[in-house]
Amino acid sequence: MISIDGVSRSFGPVQALKDIRLEVADGEFLTLIGRSGCGKSTLLRLIGGLDRPTGGRVLVDGEEVRKPRRDVAVNFQKPALLPWRSVLENVMLPVEIFKWDRAKSREHAQYLLETTGLTGFAKRLPHELSGGMQQRVALCRTLIQRPKVMLMDEPFSALDALTREELSLELQRIHMETGTTIVFVTHSIQEAVLLADRVAVLSARPGRVKQVVDIKIPRPRSFGHNAHLEEVAKASAELHQLLLSDHMPDVAA
Amino acid sequence: MTDNTAGTPLSRAWANAALPALGAIIVIGLWWGLTAALDVDPFYVPSPPDVVQSFLRTPEFLLTETWTTLQRVLIGFGIAVVLGLVIAVVLAASRTVERMTMPMLAALNAVPKVALAPLLLVWMGFGDSPKIVMVVLVSFFPIIVSTMAGLSSTPSDLRELARSLSASWWQTFVKVRLKWALPQVFVGLKVATPLAIIGAVIGEVVNPDHGLGSVIVGSGASSDTPQAFAALVLLAIVGVVLFYLMAAIERIAVPWARAIS
Ligand SMILES: Nc1ncnc2c1ncn2[C@@H]1O[C@H](COP(=O)(O)OP(=O)(O)OP(=O)(O)O)[C@@H](O)[C@H]1O
Ligand SMILES: [Mg+2]
Repeated sequence: MISIDGVSRSFGPVQALKDIRLEVADGEFLTLIGRSGCGKSTLLRLIGGLDRPTGGRVLVDGEEVRKPRRDVAVNFQKPALLPWRSVLENVMLPVEIFKWDRAKSREHAQYLLETTGLTGFAKRLPHELSGGMQQRVALCRTLIQRPKVMLMDEPFSALDALTREELSLELQRIHMETGTTIVFVTHSIQEAVLLADRVAVLSARPGRVKQVVDIKIPRPRSFGHNAHLEEVAKASAELHQLLLSDHMPDVAA
Repeated sequence: MTDNTAGTPLSRAWANAALPALGAIIVIGLWWGLTAALDVDPFYVPSPPDVVQSFLRTPEFLLTETWTTLQRVLIGFGIAVVLGLVIAVVLAASRTVERMTMPMLAALNAVPKVALAPLLLVWMGFGDSPKIVMVVLVSFFPIIVSTMAGLSSTPSDLRELARSLSASWWQTFVKVRLKWALPQVFVGLKVATPLAIIGAVIGEVVNPDHGLGSVIVGSGASSDTPQAFAALVLLAIVGVVLFYLMAAIERIAVPWARAIS
């Protein structure tokens, strides 16, 4: 679904990404993990067509990405809701922009709000919701696009631990139901192990793919008590080791 | 802040209506007290009863003149709003146009408008138009500046959202930037409201025919200071009413703005 083909991105003298090669299969859940500043957000923006690489190219569905595509949806750390629009109107924003049939999509929107536990909040304004609920609205707004690819940049990182876990499980359910290809940036090893089919560990400056770790734990997965504690512990330890051994910017190189 | 604006409805009504009234009563009381205590000649500073009496001598005349001024203010302000918004939108749409015209607009704004009044008289003669033009000249600049500030203050997360949805320039402008700018637009409108009244009065003082500005000029000529004060008080009342009207429109138009700021 996504092929990242020798992609580099420099900002002036700073080389944020160097020769990244990654393939993401149709329906796969790939997590990007790495230290702050290693270029995770930059890579995600390149896949989303919000930025252009200085070298190499990104293909989505066999086509080179030159600008944002409507079948690729992006979620950021901030929910980015329009403060004057109600929850339902916020979810309907992509429908309006794509000039789709509103009546049909309204049902879909209502369904999405129901399944994410936002029934009864459709008419509220964003500032009346908690941070977790705002992120759920942003998730619904993404899902109404029926995207082939979802790009998520630390979407839950501003939330408290419990809300975070709840939303991660929610995302796992969505992924299992829709089979959408997801690239998910996180700092949390726990989140990565819960969600990912594969975890790509990036190293810093220049950002490179250090290693790709397969997580072969059957779904649905859950936090805490489950039947695969050993695998979870093993994968977590491996990721931890990879991240720790990634020393801060290698000055010699 | 120790003031609690979100109290019970009763205490809110008290804060909204009674406190301003109390403030006005105190100021009027001080004015009265000082003129009485110092025994000031009404020719210099009339006391509140002098002013009220003066108003009651010719209420119809004064109210008609108030209406004339108010009309000029409203027409001029309306033109300034339309002109200001259109210019701001055009400037925000094109960097080239902005760079070409912004220095000239700033220069025009820096010209003391009073100095233009005699010219307006030459160009347009007597009557309403030179006064209305003065209102426009005095009040349109803050509307342009605040609207442009609002249009360029769209948060980056909302801009990225529009971009990631491949929204067109026009969709982004209407659905995101313009809406986001509205609270700022209202800041400009609230600054421009009293300026519009000042503009009308300048026009009427320099080029008197009708309106409260002309009444003040006439009272000066006939040494009727209490009538001049009555005209000033009427202007102040018009100013307060228009300001609160604007604030009420703001509250209806952008109810979300208070919540996020
Ligand atoms: N627009 C930009 N202009 C200049 N430098 C940039 C820009 N965007 C990113 N960078 C640089 O590229 C590098 C990677 O940034 P990026 O935001 O992708 O990191 P990240 O892995 O997402 O970090 P974090 O985990 O803190 O979000 C950093 O050194 C950053 O300073
Ligand atoms: Mg980042």
